Amino acid sequence: MAYEVGKGGFLANLGKIYAGYTGGFIGFTIVLGILEQLGVPNKFIGYAFVFLTIFVYAYIGYLSRTIELSEYYVAGRVVPAFYNGMATGADWMSAASFISMAGGLFIAGFNGLGYVLGWTGGYVLVGILLAPYLRKFGQFTVPDFLGTRYEGNTARVLGVIVLFCASFTYIVAQTFGIGIITSRFLGIPFEIAIFAGLIGILVCSMLGGMRAVTWTQVAQYIILIIAYLVPLVWLSTQRYGIPIPQLTYGQALSEIAALEQQFNVVKHHTAPFTNAAGQFSWTEFNNFWALVLCLMIGTASLPHILMRYFTTPNVRQARESVGWSIFFIFLLYFTAPAYAAFAKLEVYTAVINQPIASLPAWVQNWSQVGGLLTIADADGNGIVNLTKYAIAGPALDLGELKIHQDIIVLSMPEIAGLPYVISGLVAAGGLAAALSTADGLLLAIANALSHDIYYKMIDPSASTKRRLIVARTLLIVVALIAAAVAGTRPSGIIQMVAWAFSLAASGLFAPLVMGIWWKRTTSTGAILGMLAGFGVCLYYLIATHYFGMPLWFGIRNISSALFGLPVAFLVTWAVSLVTTPPSREMQEFVDSIRVPKGEIAWVGGARAHH
Amino acid sequence: MAQQVLTPERREAYWQRTSTLMWTILALWFLFSFVIPLLAVPLNSIVIMGFPLGFYMAAQGSLIAFVVLCFWNASAQNKIDQEFGVSEED
Repeated sequence: MAYEVGKGGFLANLGKIYAGYTGGFIGFTIVLGILEQLGVPNKFIGYAFVFLTIFVYAYIGYLSRTIELSEYYVAGRVVPAFYNGMATGADWMSAASFISMAGGLFIAGFNGLGYVLGWTGGYVLVGILLAPYLRKFGQFTVPDFLGTRYEGNTARVLGVIVLFCASFTYIVAQTFGIGIITSRFLGIPFEIAIFAGLIGILVCSMLGGMRAVTWTQVAQYIILIIAYLVPLVWLSTQRYGIPIPQLTYGQALSEIAALEQQFNVVKHHTAPFTNAAGQFSWTEFNNFWALVLCLMIGTASLPHILMRYFTTPNVRQARESVGWSIFFIFLLYFTAPAYAAFAKLEVYTAVINQPIASLPAWVQNWSQVGGLLTIADADGNGIVNLTKYAIAGPALDLGELKIHQDIIVLSMPEIAGLPYVISGLVAAGGLAAALSTADGLLLAIANALSHDIYYKMIDPSASTKRRLIVARTLLIVVALIAAAVAGTRPSGIIQMVAWAFSLAASGLFAPLVMGIWWKRTTSTGAILGMLAGFGVCLYYLIATHYFGMPLWFGIRNISSALFGLPVAFLVTWAVSLVTTPPSREMQEFVDSIRVPKGEIAWVGGARAHH
Repeated sequence: MAQQVLTPERREAYWQRTSTLMWTILALWFLFSFVIPLLAVPLNSIVIMGFPLGFYMAAQGSLIAFVVLCFWNASAQNKIDQEFGVSEED
């Protein structure tokens, strides 16, 4: 990396630099593989992966250090569409996407595909409704847009509150994930692992802000996608002779269907909208589309994603980079259902109805690790029998075999008969996924506090130096609080992550979209719309989760934006119509962000510089 | 006040074209996000290469459509920008 030589040199050679990096990483994996064959212990290999990758991220973070505001907040707006797409991919795909999603599909079958659709399709909305216009607006944060379009600090503060509620639970979950992965592969206690992870997060972001996070996220994407694809490509080649698991798992699906008949499993893997008894259910049907809708709109409202499109050189590249983002995300998401199918086939063929004494090595290894896989020979016949098919939270209960969703990705290298070095690679991938998302979220929160609250509201005359000091201090404070909360092992954290999507969707989507697409939207309308939408969503979440309120229409509270979203739009629309239309100047401002070329027509003439 | 790059009439026409593109893609997004996945029960009776079609569309087909829609939006909007002379000089 020749960042210190001048960014021109670095940017001109991005392709070469990242190709060299990728080659170096593959070489490093091969060397470790050779060392493993020579008898180097697994523990050393685990350490090597965790420490080397964190060191590389830290090094990129160090090289990207900056004392300029626009570098710190928006990476100097020089990130080409292709690389911004990769960075967004890493920003987006969290520990949950990397480790848990395939396992969720393994357990839930078709019904789990709501997550696959919901976590990809939202980018279409980002691309057509928001990204290009937010890029043209060209400031630092999402609340910045609200504060400008809806003239005043009320909308800005509301934006920051929604951002904080949505992003904070999310970052706690990521820190938790980092703790789990680090403690498992380094063999150190969870609480210490959390703080090791915290250092990993901070070294990426503290010195260089968005610039550092961008270039580390590109590096993290490369590792996470290699780690995700390698075990499955290998297994697909082994089983079906074609190295494209996304194509060959159709065969696995038909084999699964045949075995389901044989084992009398009533909940079929590919059967849509089934309840526990395997029957079509309208409740499942409605929850499916409600979840897809909430996750998609949530995607298009989460500030840590939207702010990535502030970093491209121009509006055109912002649009293109949405395409690259979803392409890079697609690579992982269309592989996850293949993971689920291959793992299920393995369980049905190599574990069910097999003698306990001769189970495959991966089952024996994982049954010794803290409760993730348990075998209980209830009838004492020495054979693992399938006596039921029940979803028990994040685990699948087959009667004599219980299997946790997180095993599916983590054990795949062993299922495929690959050496331990590939397990280390997968751990490095999971860590990359968790770190990159945590960094994006951390910046989104800390930047909103330092830019929107401190600079815009408390001390608009603060010097650049002072603003950067405040930004970095807040970064550390938020990270410490997140780690402290994660250290208490809050239960149901994954549930809360899913809430983030509904909260962001209810609070931010309507004011952002209507602010751009409907000039008549007034400040009062938007503010009341945000309050009403976010309020309804929060009410439904809290009342159903903590106070036992019955579900409305059977819709689970993970999809509470289904109620918050229409309320937000309706209130914004109705109140806007009865309040004084936005000034001519404000309409000119909206016109100017709709067109890629030309200057922004700031309300009130000259605009104070950032 | 900053100078707008288009006259009010041209601006209107530009936004009309942009909106039409937006609604077209939004309709296709709706088709691949909801209509096709929710038809999974009947679609599943068709099996291609082992994949029941309803499952395939929700697991892969719609995702491919999303990627295509995003790139298509970018290129179609670029054409509109060029036609109206409002694309940015890189």
